[in-house]
Amino acid sequence: MSVQLPIYLDNHATTRIDPRVLEAMMPYLTDVFGNAGSRNHSFGWKAQAGVERAREQVASLIGADAKEIVFTSGATESDNLALFGVARFYKDKGRHIVTALTEHKAILDSCHALEKEGFEVTYLPVDKDGSVSPEAVAAALRDDTILVSLMWANNEVGTVNDIAGIGKICRERGVFFHSDAVQGIGKMPFDVAAMNVDLVSISAHKMYGPKGIGALYVRRGRPRIRLEPLVFGGGQERGLRSGTAAVHQIVGLGAACAVAQQGLAEGESDRIRALRDRLWDGLRANLDELYLNGSWERRLPGNLNVSFAFCEGEAMMMAIKDLAVSSGSACTSASLEPSYVLRAMGVDVELAHTSIRFGVGRFNTEAEIDYAVKLVTEKVGWLREMSPLAEMVKEGIDLKSIEWAAH
Amino acid sequence: MAYSNKVVDHYENPRNVGSLDKNADDVGTGLVGAPACGDVMKLQLKINEDGIIEDAKFKTFGCGSAIASSSLVTEMVKGKTVDFALGINNAQIAEELKLPPVKIHCSVLAEDAVKAAIADFKKKREAKRQPVAE
Repeated sequence: MSVQLPIYLDNHATTRIDPRVLEAMMPYLTDVFGNAGSRNHSFGWKAQAGVERAREQVASLIGADAKEIVFTSGATESDNLALFGVARFYKDKGRHIVTALTEHKAILDSCHALEKEGFEVTYLPVDKDGSVSPEAVAAALRDDTILVSLMWANNEVGTVNDIAGIGKICRERGVFFHSDAVQGIGKMPFDVAAMNVDLVSISAHKMYGPKGIGALYVRRGRPRIRLEPLVFGGGQERGLRSGTAAVHQIVGLGAACAVAQQGLAEGESDRIRALRDRLWDGLRANLDELYLNGSWERRLPGNLNVSFAFCEGEAMMMAIKDLAVSSGSACTSASLEPSYVLRAMGVDVELAHTSIRFGVGRFNTEAEIDYAVKLVTEKVGWLREMSPLAEMVKEGIDLKSIEWAAH
Repeated sequence: MAYSNKVVDHYENPRNVGSLDKNADDVGTGLVGAPACGDVMKLQLKINEDGIIEDAKFKTFGCGSAIASSSLVTEMVKGKTVDFALGINNAQIAEELKLPPVKIHCSVLAEDAVKAAIADFKKKREAKRQPVAE
């Protein structure tokens, strides 16, 4: 079976829009162009109906009520709204927030900004797999803790946190719990009630929907979460997020959630996991000195993050340019520092430079995976031939025994 | 990273990859960089009695521009005198490859590798002459 090149294996970065999603969106870019806020004519009513249907579709995927869904411009805004919104509203109740070192920058940068506003933030360390245990959360809670923010699945290594366990502790202690769940939503079952999560960030483009749209789930039941808004204006989204509704985008997010919900019921995750396993099995059969980053058991179905010893990540990506992947190598970042997630997990800095993240998704095929295994095998061999480190190890030299000159 | 065609060419078709006998008297070996920094270059030069660099080989662990810088520098020094090689500076390499600013350190590493290899060669030669003088 032939494959079309290049092959997209970077589905944690973004995903292709599902044709069913695009189809649902199209009328809202043409005939149904009304402002969902126009209450006095059919153009507005039709737009509003599209928005409200989407709200139900999003809510349904996570076991929420439609009234608990706030549309935003994406997960970064959702994360910002959750953190700033809770912190500023409840600042008289307490000023302590708990998060982790491996969170997305949308969380970490928001926390840094909140520190300047006088909040105190605890950045929990992670274990070697990159996860935070409920016990570690419990130990970090204080009388003045108002919010815990921990991601569901990590975007680099795919490690899945025990959200239900953490949620249970937060509920018992009366602390609000936010989760950036963008990597996992639509790929694994999620239920806000069973997991005791109070705020959830969702992104459309990570689940085969359009870019520029996301949602924040905000619990209205017990406890009811109040937020200080970040965007002011016409009072849309119950005053939590002003601005004319991006109807076609919202409809796209809703459709993406509906398609994902159907996929979950039909076992799509098992199919993607099988492709990911095929990739890992193929690589392991052909190559030695491979190091898996993150937990194997508690992992996103489509994620594979591997360090290919002696092959620097950026050089590797140039060598396998027919595959779109990403790397935790320093040379792919502007800062020239390797991945902060891998570092927090205690991965050797040498190995962090050689890490490659594969993100298998809905549209990948077995033929593509087989092609990837063949190409990576060949190029790792080529790079290791060129690597002085591989040569030294072959000669029996312990690389740690050498006094390298840092530069 | 958007690289120049020259970097891509040297990366995809690296010149003079390999190793020379590091124990040979006429071979100088330079090993620079550090695995923790994401790049290590090994450059070896075979230098004859007249001080001419007869052969140059490299092995590099590093990004595309580190590999390209190593490859280019082997081409630059082959057939040239030791003095010429010592005069090569990183700016020449960076300009030839049109390296982006964030990758300038790769060209510095290549310059350092040449200097380290020649220093190693000179050290070997001194050590060899020492017993003769006694």
